Amino acid sequence: MISQEDVQYVASLSRIHLKKDEVECLSKDLEKIVDYIKKLESLETANIQPTSHVLPIQNVFREDIIKPSLSQKEALHFSIEQHQGCFKVPKIIE
Amino acid sequence: METTQQFETVIGLEVHLQLKTKTKIFCSCANDFGGEPNTRTCPVCLGLPGTLPVFNKQVLDYGIKIGLALNCAINNVIKFDRKNYYYPDLPKAYQISQFDLPIAKDGFLLVPSLNNELKKIRIHRAHLEEDAGKLMHDAVHPYSLVDYNRTGTPLMEIVSSPDMHSPQDAYDYLQTLKLTLQYLDVSDCDMEKGSLRCDANVSIRPKGETKLGTKTELKNMNSFKAVKAALEYEIARQTSVMLSGDKIIQETRLWDENKQMTFSMRSKEEAHDYRYFPEPDLVPFTISDEKIQSIKKMIPELPIDKYHRFIEHYHLSDYDARLLIQDAPLADFFEICAKNFHDTKKICNWLNTQVLQELNERKAPISKTLLTPDNLIMLIQKTDAGIISNLAAKDVLKIIFETGKQTEQIIEEQGLAQISDDVTLEKIADDLIRENQKVIEQIKNGEQKALGFLIGQAMKKMNGKANPKKIGDILQRRIFHG
Ligand SMILES: [Zn+2]
Repeated sequence: MISQEDVQYVASLSRIHLKKDEVECLSKDLEKIVDYIKKLESLETANIQPTSHVLPIQNVFREDIIKPSLSQKEALHFSIEQHQGCFKVPKIIE
Repeated sequence: METTQQFETVIGLEVHLQLKTKTKIFCSCANDFGGEPNTRTCPVCLGLPGTLPVFNKQVLDYGIKIGLALNCAINNVIKFDRKNYYYPDLPKAYQISQFDLPIAKDGFLLVPSLNNELKKIRIHRAHLEEDAGKLMHDAVHPYSLVDYNRTGTPLMEIVSSPDMHSPQDAYDYLQTLKLTLQYLDVSDCDMEKGSLRCDANVSIRPKGETKLGTKTELKNMNSFKAVKAALEYEIARQTSVMLSGDKIIQETRLWDENKQMTFSMRSKEEAHDYRYFPEPDLVPFTISDEKIQSIKKMIPELPIDKYHRFIEHYHLSDYDARLLIQDAPLADFFEICAKNFHDTKKICNWLNTQVLQELNERKAPISKTLLTPDNLIMLIQKTDAGIISNLAAKDVLKIIFETGKQTEQIIEEQGLAQISDDVTLEKIADDLIRENQKVIEQIKNGEQKALGFLIGQAMKKMNGKANPKKIGDILQRRIFHG
């Protein structure tokens, strides 16, 4: 059973704001998804290697060679607010 | 302390090590320290949509090297996973890390401790990941600033087993780990610059109890000394909580260096729900046994092995060996000297005192200074032969460090050679005996101090250049045998 609290919790982890009717709806949908996973789990997989990637390739590397970075101006172009060459964000208190 | 009577301490350490590759772990931005903020970023490390990370080959090699040096098993198949959390220093809102298939696991480190015993601290696992950006804030302004230069710096996280039982254990482990990593030449290992960082997990339990107590995680320590102090504080705090009948709360606590206390971070606990899943943007990596073998060959003699060899082969004291291995270039320098000069104790006496002092003042490894093994040996020989005094030898060493000139040339230029010629010294002895009849009586009565006074007078007359041993001999002969 996926409770509405579960849905709210998962939504908050992803910074998604949900309306009340959306929460109700999603809790039913999620329930169905979890049921389906349970069905999959009933399969015998002891001798099957887990798939960590869908593509049958491995070992894609890059040589350790420097390429030019963006300029500070270019990097900060995407910021909502900036200050002294930095991205400016709401205060984080540790 | 009460802890030692009733409770046992259990400590595990997590060390984050920045690897000194030329570029970042998943993009080609320079991996560097300092500089203007946000000048070493690109669409990949800024986490812009549509970009793909590509793994830096050198990071894998360094990771294998570290794993092997820590006696770990290297996994033949590794992959990367996403660790999800929201924080402004993490532009993608996830960190690429390794979850269930880390590069290395099940190792150990042998740690020499105070009473000459070796403690075996197990390494639970070591994995590769990317560093986050740097957040800056002060007490005044209502905002934080973010610099993403550090984002994507390759990190190796080394997780010990909870095998340490005192703050001193933790300190010794960190020292040995750092030294080992320095020998591998894979990182600056500089805590001040943040290229080596340490978090500590600590709990206490009643003596005899086998289940672990509730732990707290300590962060924000900027030196090994701070790690030790934070652990000491936290153990005392946990002890008093336990003794008062309360429960320890599992939490992250921050060390405050000024107040010398730990404080609860009081963060939302949801921050710990990381929802790891396989990184779909990176394919898995296989590490062949041949690759592991070839990297194994690149590992130099490690400090613990060097320590044992120095004692066995050069008959060094525990103290001298321990001090020498702290500095790999200095240890190499010692070995070159020892090839050409038999008295290894004397070489150590010079290296571990004056030379080390000069190196500390210059903040440079010996290989980057003007001192050569030949020149040091010459200096030791000239001092041994009484050609220059010990005091003058120290001056000569300073001049070598400054100019790189040959020992002999310096002695000549500075007029440092002691006067040992008999005619001059006999004349001085004559004068002194004539002028100090009272002192002579004292010497005849067996007062050694009085002889010292006379030698001092001789040195004065010769502007400090007399050979004190020789003048002493002459004075004694004259006084007792006429
Ligand atoms: Zn980049």
